[in-house]
Amino acid sequence: MLSVKGLKASVGDEPILKGLDLEVKPGEVHAIMGPNGSGKSTFAHVLSGREGYEVTGGSAELDGEDLFELEPEERARLGLFLAFQYPVELPGVNNMYFLKAALNAIRKSRGEEELDAVSFMRLMKEKLKILHLDDSLLKRPVNFGFSGGEKKRNEIFQMALLEPKLAILDETDSGLDIDALRIVADGVNALRSPERSMIVVTHYQRLLDYIQPDHVHVLAKGRIIRSGGKELALELEEKGYGWIVEGEAA
Amino acid sequence: MSAIPAEATTAEEKVETTGQYDELVNAGYEHGFITEIESETLPPGLDEGVIRTISARKGEPEWMTEWRLAAYRKWLEMPTPTWASVHYPPIDYQSISYFSAPKKKDGPKSLDEVDPALLETYEKLGIPIEEQKALAGVAVDAVFDSVSVATTFREKLHEAGVIFCSISEALQEYPELVQKYIGTVVPPTDNFYVGLNSAVFTDGTFVYVPKNTRCPMELSTYFRINEAKTGQFERTLIVADEGSYVSYLEGCTAPQRDENQLHAAVVELIALDDAEIKYSTVQNWYPGDENGKGGIYNFVTKRGDCRGARSKISWTQVETGSAITWKYPSCILRGDDSVGEFYSVAVTKGMQQADTGTKMIHLGKNTSSTIVSKGISAQHGQQAYRGLVRIAGKAEGARNHTQCDSLLIGDQSAAHTFPYIEVKNPSAKMEHEATTSKISEDQLFYCRARGLTEEDAVSMIVNGFCKEVFNELPMEFAVEAQKLLSISLEGAVG
Repeated sequence: MLSVKGLKASVGDEPILKGLDLEVKPGEVHAIMGPNGSGKSTFAHVLSGREGYEVTGGSAELDGEDLFELEPEERARLGLFLAFQYPVELPGVNNMYFLKAALNAIRKSRGEEELDAVSFMRLMKEKLKILHLDDSLLKRPVNFGFSGGEKKRNEIFQMALLEPKLAILDETDSGLDIDALRIVADGVNALRSPERSMIVVTHYQRLLDYIQPDHVHVLAKGRIIRSGGKELALELEEKGYGWIVEGEAA
Repeated sequence: MSAIPAEATTAEEKVETTGQYDELVNAGYEHGFITEIESETLPPGLDEGVIRTISARKGEPEWMTEWRLAAYRKWLEMPTPTWASVHYPPIDYQSISYFSAPKKKDGPKSLDEVDPALLETYEKLGIPIEEQKALAGVAVDAVFDSVSVATTFREKLHEAGVIFCSISEALQEYPELVQKYIGTVVPPTDNFYVGLNSAVFTDGTFVYVPKNTRCPMELSTYFRINEAKTGQFERTLIVADEGSYVSYLEGCTAPQRDENQLHAAVVELIALDDAEIKYSTVQNWYPGDENGKGGIYNFVTKRGDCRGARSKISWTQVETGSAITWKYPSCILRGDDSVGEFYSVAVTKGMQQADTGTKMIHLGKNTSSTIVSKGISAQHGQQAYRGLVRIAGKAEGARNHTQCDSLLIGDQSAAHTFPYIEVKNPSAKMEHEATTSKISEDQLFYCRARGLTEEDAVSMIVNGFCKEVFNELPMEFAVEAQKLLSISLEGAVG
C-alpha cells in the first residue's frame, strides 16, 4: 500500500522531515503522534502534494506509484485522501455539486462511468446512512459558515463518498468537543475495511480512545523515533512526549 | 443595512495584488475566424455625404436623414469622454468604414437563400440557425455585419401582435412608431459615442410589444462583426406598451482581427405602465491578443426608461470579451412604483480593461432599484465598477440595494469601485455592500486534493461567485454563460 523511505522535506531553507520511514499495509490504521512542530502536518501535506514544501530526499509510493511524480489531483485520483485539519471554505460552491464533480473526476480517471444526478443522489443517501448524518450540510456551500464540527463531519462524508485506498486524517480531532469527536470517530470506524488504510495524525491520545489503531508511531524532530501498538499511545498520555524525545536525544 | 445621509458621497476602493498565477489565462480566442463573403463597403471616412448615402441606401424617410445629420453636426462639436478608467490610443474616425452589407441585393426569404458561408459561421460559433429554429421559444434575428440576413419566428410573433425586426425594416414599415420613441431615452446629444451612433447607425433591432401582451417567446439577436475596419453602430429600440412583458437576449462573438474595431451601440428601452422588459446580454467579443492588440472597443450606451407607473426594467449582463468595455446599462425610474435592476458579471484578463456599472435615477415615488455587480480580474485585467444611484427630490420612499463584489485571480490584476450616491430626498433607504476577495492557494489545493484540476477548481469557484447573476439569466443563456466563463478563464491561474 504505502511505502515511505528516508523522506526528507523542508520549508524554505528549514528541514522539517529528516528521514522518515513508514510502511502501511492494506486495512491497517496507523496513528502518528508527536509534539507540536514535530512535522506531523508537514508529512500529511507532503504526501498529498501541497505546494510550499520541498522534498529533498527519500521516496513515497502508493501501490507502487511514485507519489512525488504526481500532481495533487492525480494523487487523489489514485486513491489518496487528505482530511484537512482546517477544511477550506468555498463560498458559492454547492457542496453536493462539488462532491459530484470530485467523484466524477476520480471515476473518469479510472475509466469508470460518470454518475448521473440520480445515481449520485442514491449513493449519497447510502453514505449518509452509514455515517448517521442528515443531509442538511449538502445543500450549503462547501464548508461555508460551517461550525468546526460540521466541517470535520463534512470531511469524513467526503471520504465515505470518494472511497479512497489511503486516508490521511490530519488532526481531525482538533477543535472538536467530545460529542463531535465521537461522531467523527464513528464515521471513521464505519469506513474501516480490509482494503482501506488510514493514517491518523493527532496530538492527543484522546482520539485513539475512539479509533483503535493497529500501530502507533511517535514523530519527533522530523523522524519516527518510536513505534508500537496501542499501548504506546496510553503511555504517551500518561508521561507526555518529553521522556521519549529526550531519551532519543541522549 | 445602513442609511446614507442626504448628501453626495463618492468613494474609491482599490485593490491590487502581486504574485504567482501566470499560465492559466492563455487560452486562445475560440471564435477567431473570418467568413469570406464579398461585402459592399463604403470607403473609409465620414462626412455628411456618407451619412446621406447610408440613409439613402437604406431607403429611410426624410426625417430620419435629417435626424442623422443633426446628430452628426452636434457630434462634431463634442469632446471624447476621458473620465473612464480605461486607456487607449486616439481613434481616427476618418479611417473607419461606416457601411458594409453582404452583397446580395434582396433580403433572403428563407434559410435556403442565405449565403452558405454565413450559415457556416454560425455553426462554428455553435449557434446554427437550424438549431435555433428548433429551439422552441427562441426567435433569432441574426445581425451579420450591418444588415439582417435571417429572421425566424416572425409569424408566431406577428400573431401575438409583437413587432420584432431590424430597425431598418421598422423605419420602412412602422416609421411612426420609430419616430415616436427613438432618441427619447438616449438623445443624440447624450454623449460622444451616442452622437456618432445616431449619425451613422446602420442596423439593429426594433421590438414593439402591444398593450397587455406577453411576448410568447424569448427574443434573441446574435450580433457579429465580420468586416475589417467596419465600426459597428447598432441601434436597438424596445418598446413595451402598457401591461406587456418581453425578454430579450443579446449575445455576441466576433472573429479575430489585427486592428481595433470600434463598437458604439445604443440601446433604448421604454416600459409604459405595468410593463416589464428583461434584457440579457452575453458579450464575448475578441479581447485582443496577449498584448491587448486587435481587440474590440466596446463603447455602448444602454438605457431603459421606466416611463409608466409600476413598470420594471431588468438588465443582466455577462461581459467576457472586448479589449475595452465602457458600458453602463441604466434605468430611469420615472413612473411611480417602478423597479430597476442591474445584474452584472464582468471578466477581464490579459490586457483587458473594463469600466462598467449602472445608473439608477429615481424620479418617481416608491421606486426601487437593485444592483448586483460581480467583477473578476485575472492576469493584467483592469476593472472598475462605476455606479450612480440618484434619488431626486420628489422621489419619496425610494429604495436602493447595491452589492458590488470583486474577485481577483493572480497578482497582477486590479479592481476598483467607484460608487456615486446622490440623495435629495430624506425618505430614501440606501444600502451599499462591497467586497473584494481572491481565489486562494488554499482553496485551489483543497479542490485538487479532491481530484479536481486547477482549472475545474477556478471555474467552480468563479461560477459560485457569479451565481446570483446567472440565476437571473434565462436557462439556455445561463448554461452558455457558465461555459463562456470557464473558457475565458482557462489558463488564468498557473
